[in-house]
Amino acid sequence: MATTVTPEAVEKVVFDALPQFGADPSEISREATFEDLDVDSLDLAELSQIIEDEFGVQLKGDDVGKIKTVGDAVELVVSRAG
Amino acid sequence: MARPDGAVALVTGASKGIGSAIAKALAADGWLVAVNYRSDDIGAKATVAAIEGAGGTAVVLLGDVANGAPDQLFTQAEEALGGPVLALVNNAGVRADNLAIQIEDEDWDIVLNTNLSAAFRLTKRSLRPMLKARYGRIVNVASVVGPRANAGQANYAAAKAGLIGLTKTVSQEVARRGITVNAVAPGFIETDMTKDLLADVVKAIPARRAGQPEEVAAAVRFLASDDAAYVTGTTLFVDGGMSA
Repeated sequence: MATTVTPEAVEKVVFDALPQFGADPSEISREATFEDLDVDSLDLAELSQIIEDEFGVQLKGDDVGKIKTVGDAVELVVSRAG
Repeated sequence: MARPDGAVALVTGASKGIGSAIAKALAADGWLVAVNYRSDDIGAKATVAAIEGAGGTAVVLLGDVANGAPDQLFTQAEEALGGPVLALVNNAGVRADNLAIQIEDEDWDIVLNTNLSAAFRLTKRSLRPMLKARYGRIVNVASVVGPRANAGQANYAAAKAGLIGLTKTVSQEVARRGITVNAVAPGFIETDMTKDLLADVVKAIPARRAGQPEEVAAAVRFLASDDAAYVTGTTLFVDGGMSA
């Protein structure tokens, strides 16, 4: 069963997932850019899968292509949850 | 990284010919095999029976890759065999040969849809469990007539050439996740799909004989194995020297 989407829940899942893509945990924040965290498009595609599995929210490639910061990702998920 | 325990291989179009040989070869190598078929349930069941007779594990998996949703195939395979699909062999293919000037739109569409678009959709779906596992093997069964001209097969050649392009690009995208994507390009192989062509063609084959499905299967078995972990984005020709 999907986890309820709240900004806090999404932020936790995103923050917990980013280190597996090589992001330095000490540098993860809502303001951090994916570029600074060395998180690329494949990592974001995988993050989208994690989000979908956890929250049942599907993120399209075009949406993901526009996000720059961790905060953008959290807000995108919350907005797509409807 | 070694193949995880309980890994499932999904082979499309595996009720006969090259697909059936591939399913048997992968099962012999320890994969749990989902034998996909569109309509030949007798052939699919015979393939499963042969695998089980040899000590392997396999299930039949009904589905038309040209028309069905990939999710259903993957879910059924994983539930039936109890593990993630970590190998996908895009083997299902059809022919509708004619000179380009005479190929009907319908025959163009069905060949492209079955031989190329379906492979893309299944590949896209397969990347989910493979990315999670940090392990995957995708093998696309292309053809010598992808890169090499063969009058009367513009649709088939376009699809197979496209499959090679798909192989190369996807291989680049996922290589660092332990997922390899390769193609095999059979030449003229003795199967139902080629029996009307063989007599004329054998003269042009350096090996002076058609290949056997088991010879293509051996190539797929290698590419799906841990031994091929550093092989990706390539096309392995199994053609008796035709494309050399």
